[in-house]
Amino acid sequence: MFSHALFERNSILLTVGILIVVAIGGIVEIAPLFYLESTIEKVSGMRPYTPLELAGRNIYIREGCYNCHSQMVRPLRDEVERYGHYSLAAESMYDRPFQWGSKRTGPDLARVGGRYSDDWHVTHLVDPRSVVPESVMPGYPFLASRPLAARDIGRHLAANAALGVPYSEEMIANADADLAAQVTPDGDGVDALLARYPKAVVRDFDGNPRLLSEMDALIAYMQMLGTLVDFNAYKADQNLR
Amino acid sequence: MELLAGILLGFGAVLGLTMAAKAADPGLFAHGLIFFLVMLLGIFFLLKRHYDRAQRGAPAAGAEGYNDDIVRAGVIASMFWGVVGFLVGLVIALQLAFPVLNFDLPWTNFGRLRPLHTSAVIFAFGGNVLLATSFYVVQRTCRARLAGELAPWFVFWGYQVFILLAATGYVLGVTQSKEYAEPEWYVDLWLTAVWVVYLLVFLATLWKRREPHIYVANWFYLAFIVTIAMLHVVNNLALPVSFAGAKSYQLFAGVQDALTQWWYGHNAVGFFLTAGFLAIMYYFVPKRAERPIYSYRLSIVHFWSLIFLYIWAGPHHLHYTALPDWAQTLGMTFSVMLWMPSWGGMINGLMTLSGAWDKLRTDPVLRMLVVSVAFYGMSTFEGPLMSIKAVNALSHYTDWTIGHVHSGALGWVGFVSFGALYFLTPRLWGRRELYSLKLVNLHFWIATVGIVLYITAMWVSGILQGLMWRAYDSLGFLEYSFVETVEAMHPFYMIRALGGLLFVAGALLMAYNLWQTARGKEPADRPALAPAAAVAG
Repeated sequence: MFSHALFERNSILLTVGILIVVAIGGIVEIAPLFYLESTIEKVSGMRPYTPLELAGRNIYIREGCYNCHSQMVRPLRDEVERYGHYSLAAESMYDRPFQWGSKRTGPDLARVGGRYSDDWHVTHLVDPRSVVPESVMPGYPFLASRPLAARDIGRHLAANAALGVPYSEEMIANADADLAAQVTPDGDGVDALLARYPKAVVRDFDGNPRLLSEMDALIAYMQMLGTLVDFNAYKADQNLR
Repeated sequence: MELLAGILLGFGAVLGLTMAAKAADPGLFAHGLIFFLVMLLGIFFLLKRHYDRAQRGAPAAGAEGYNDDIVRAGVIASMFWGVVGFLVGLVIALQLAFPVLNFDLPWTNFGRLRPLHTSAVIFAFGGNVLLATSFYVVQRTCRARLAGELAPWFVFWGYQVFILLAATGYVLGVTQSKEYAEPEWYVDLWLTAVWVVYLLVFLATLWKRREPHIYVANWFYLAFIVTIAMLHVVNNLALPVSFAGAKSYQLFAGVQDALTQWWYGHNAVGFFLTAGFLAIMYYFVPKRAERPIYSYRLSIVHFWSLIFLYIWAGPHHLHYTALPDWAQTLGMTFSVMLWMPSWGGMINGLMTLSGAWDKLRTDPVLRMLVVSVAFYGMSTFEGPLMSIKAVNALSHYTDWTIGHVHSGALGWVGFVSFGALYFLTPRLWGRRELYSLKLVNLHFWIATVGIVLYITAMWVSGILQGLMWRAYDSLGFLEYSFVETVEAMHPFYMIRALGGLLFVAGALLMAYNLWQTARGKEPADRPALAPAAAVAG
């Protein structure tokens, strides 16, 4: 008959036993997500982040925005009415890491893109209580005066490409130009940027044309959140899973 | 061995200096310098140790008895990081009540301090408690000296360096934004090296044991060490942008990354904050109560079922998200099942008191240990409840989750750690009893009141906010704007901060009490206990 003493007397057996027992759950739950085709819906409109959006996303991560803001609208009546269409897996397919969040001290941001003006965002980020008196959000005035450090943005694109994000060699080679073009609406690079990144919003986001600031990048990122997928063309019942 | 350690430290120093010199961002520059200085300090102390020993003559191998120096260091580090972590928690609780306290500076904003708080309490406080107690328990239950002379110290100091790099990184904005796994790739690599040595030291001590059986606490410690290694490595797989920069991109994206993260995140709770601290329960509760574990058979069932079921529970952090439904349902099912082994463990801990319940009246240290197990039972009932999708639809994204975490963290992890530290300190410093049992009693009561204030405030605020989000008026419109629900949180955030203040105050009392005990101050009050029965070894 089996005796548990076997494990109690042999530390290697105990270690191997533990490893096998704790590996099973993860393998069964996580591994299928990589090969089940139904995991990520087929949608039209998803594209990788523009260089400026990616730089803005990195600031969002750096400042720990995910601690208070989710980016995941659940398919519940009140959430869909409050925030918009529920989030699809496809919408975060290029997100490394994901930013779904776990707490809503502030509102969900999955579909904040286009909801507010750039001006509102600048004012709100500099002093949240000047536009939302009851807010408990910290202010981020320093973003407006800090120049965006993004000389190596091409390498960031290349790293993402190496992991499978569909950045073409052309996108990587033109990363610096595209970054600058997105805040220069009258510039020459805009058409090329829009050809590479459809629906990219081109504006001087922080209202300060003299400086390409961290504020520019962060607002560029927030203004595109949740705007890529064309929900007029999206058929939910084709993605039943 | 010393030579090898010296060479490795020298190599580390060169590496740190190179990192600083080549760094493309301020975060990596600071970390390179810190790493360099730490390695220099390491070399200095290695040389000092060498020459001290040459003067005194190295003690014969195996003649030194148990290695308690490292446990003492772990107790001090635990108390230090505990106070730091609780204080940062109080600060961010106050920031939520009074946002002006963010000062709107990059280094003091909530978004950067919250990871500092979570990592400081989980990994710095909890981690040091686990290091200290595991090194203490494995020696006693194996009747063998800790394996290695330098290796355990590498684990201890290497772990403190990990904490230092992680903490300074958060403040400087170096984060990969995965909750409880925020440090960037190079800090992850460093922790991996430290952790592998930890596992080897632990296993090698088991190999030296002079007891035929491995005691149940050690199974839990081993499961904690092995599983955390697995979780840490898989969840932190990332590609650095360059070796001269701190930034990296995760190997997995979107939905796969999300489940990997919560597979990690939930089992950081399951194996770091549960399995590891259950090991503490399995040693210190019977020891302090002077009764054997209630049921040997139950501990076997408890152990294997707990570690098997816990791993599956991660998806309950992602209910109603874009994670496929089958994974959510699986996660919910196993989370509900998890209730059983959790309560099996609680029963095993509580019933150990059979025949010794009267000691709760006289021994506040035992009371702390026992109440921690009761909190464990409460939060492991609440957890499965919240993992049910219909409940989770209300509770998720609200303060209810925060309250749940803290009933486990303050009540279970905090109290069982305090109990263990109160137990260990007089023994490690060769004192008959603690400086003051009255202070322990006071600590127990103000911390308990603090926890109750904290978790009830979060229950009310969480459920209130969840209900407000989904409230409709008679015309079918959403009744509240988001910010109205934020405003409604204010009184509860103040009550929560008050609860946190009480908990911090208790920890400061404890630090004072332990300090006086270690200094050898005569007990301020007559010990309520008879002198502890001879400690094994």
